[in-house]
Amino acid sequence: MSETAVSGVKQCFQLKSANVSMTALELYFFDNDDFESTLRDKISQAPGFFKDIPLIISLEKYEGLSSELDFFKIIGACRRHNIHVIGVRGGNDDQRRLARGASLALLPGGNQRDRDIDTAPATESAATEPTGNPTPARVENPGEPAPAKIINQPVRSGQQVYAPDGDLIILAPVQAGAEVLAAGNVHVYGPLRGRALAGIHGAEHARVFCQSLEAELVSIAGHYKISEDLQDNGWKTAVQIQLRDDLLVVTPLEKA
Amino acid sequence: MARIIVVTSGKGGVGKTTTSASISTGLAKRGHKTVVIDFDVGLRNLDLIMNCERRVVYDFVNVIQGEATLNQALIRDKRVDTLYILPASQTREKEALTKDGVEKVINELSDRFDYIVCDSPAGIEHGALMALYYADEAVVVTNPEVSSVRDSDRILGILQSKSRRAEMGQDPVKEHLLLSRYNPDRVEKGEMLSVADVEEILAIPLLGVIPESQVVLNASNQGVPVILEEDSDAGQAYDDAVARLLGEEREHRFMTSQKKGFFSRMFKGG
Repeated sequence: MSETAVSGVKQCFQLKSANVSMTALELYFFDNDDFESTLRDKISQAPGFFKDIPLIISLEKYEGLSSELDFFKIIGACRRHNIHVIGVRGGNDDQRRLARGASLALLPGGNQRDRDIDTAPATESAATEPTGNPTPARVENPGEPAPAKIINQPVRSGQQVYAPDGDLIILAPVQAGAEVLAAGNVHVYGPLRGRALAGIHGAEHARVFCQSLEAELVSIAGHYKISEDLQDNGWKTAVQIQLRDDLLVVTPLEKA
Repeated sequence: MARIIVVTSGKGGVGKTTTSASISTGLAKRGHKTVVIDFDVGLRNLDLIMNCERRVVYDFVNVIQGEATLNQALIRDKRVDTLYILPASQTREKEALTKDGVEKVINELSDRFDYIVCDSPAGIEHGALMALYYADEAVVVTNPEVSSVRDSDRILGILQSKSRRAEMGQDPVKEHLLLSRYNPDRVEKGEMLSVADVEEILAIPLLGVIPESQVVLNASNQGVPVILEEDSDAGQAYDDAVARLLGEEREHRFMTSQKKGFFSRMFKGG
């Protein structure tokens, strides 16, 4: 899970396994005019969201004729709206041949996707997450983030609360001997007396927020600190904890 | 339908049985038909504190296993005539408390009584789980020290997840904090957690504070529920707690140190 290369020889680059959440356009049939007007419609609902995003064309539910599929027109229409088509997912051999002809990457269809070192889109950059459990590209409702799990009751000793996809928000104390885990951030609007683990699938940008830091353990993407090491900084005050250069950093939450 | 109240704590020796005896006696004294069940199979104590150990013929497990009827096993209290005791078995294994068996007995009692008080054994094992499973309300007995508070927290979590109300998705079990063995002098010296500390950590409403008192021990030894020692502060504190359990508003007492005599008054300036 570590990002640092330890080899002595400096290489020009290194290949990494990456998981990116991407928008997929699920195509049912293709008609150039229809396509462009639907696209314009969708974009007008959230103009900011679609600017310069990578897009994959999903052919898993394509019902039209392969011969009607014109990737050059699709790419062109998207380009005009600042959307970058980078590949196709699924489709039969004919369709995939057409896609390759249009210089699109071929992603596996069905359920066995996101093993993508070779086919990883070239445009991905800082937004990549380190490896962990694959978060499947969410196809429906692009722009809607994974819902946060919200807990209103105290998390008591011996209890465990887990948000496997997104953030975890707790509007009550997390007691000593309790454990809260999230793929994303952990927010505790109360004292954090138990263990809090954020970014459990490896998201290093995840953070832990709490109103009073009294934790037994805090972990972000596998980097952790125990109670003993947390005492000196921000103990029993409102803080956020984040990962910087593989180190957990505790900073006070300033009142605005 | 009876209201089912479990007296529980997680930790042992904090005063569950003393509390069960006093709360059930207090409820009965106010005219409510009350039965108190000892769930501590193998470590039967409630009958001693209720001073009915010489009248035990059949017990809870006998009733569950169909070896006796409820009427044969229930012992009527000699002091308060609306109070009955269902003693635990001293010889059986605690696995004899099956979920179905306990339910059958509770249902039968539920038709005849207003309140069923379940005296839980310590720990979070089978006996404790059975005692709290059918509860509508829970009195969590806690001593003002860290390990007791943590165990209470654990049992609160179990009440929220493993009780019948939790499993059926009904309203959660109503939780009450009863702080026992409270010594304001030692709190002032920093040797004990304060009421505020415990309330802050456990975050449940306070039912009462029972002061640490020699009277409690004496009463137990004599087989008198301490609530009947009406002149003692512990007895009055239990009486307040019962009143609050029934929805009465009463100010909390015995939370600050008492002025003991002339000299301490002189030196404390008032």
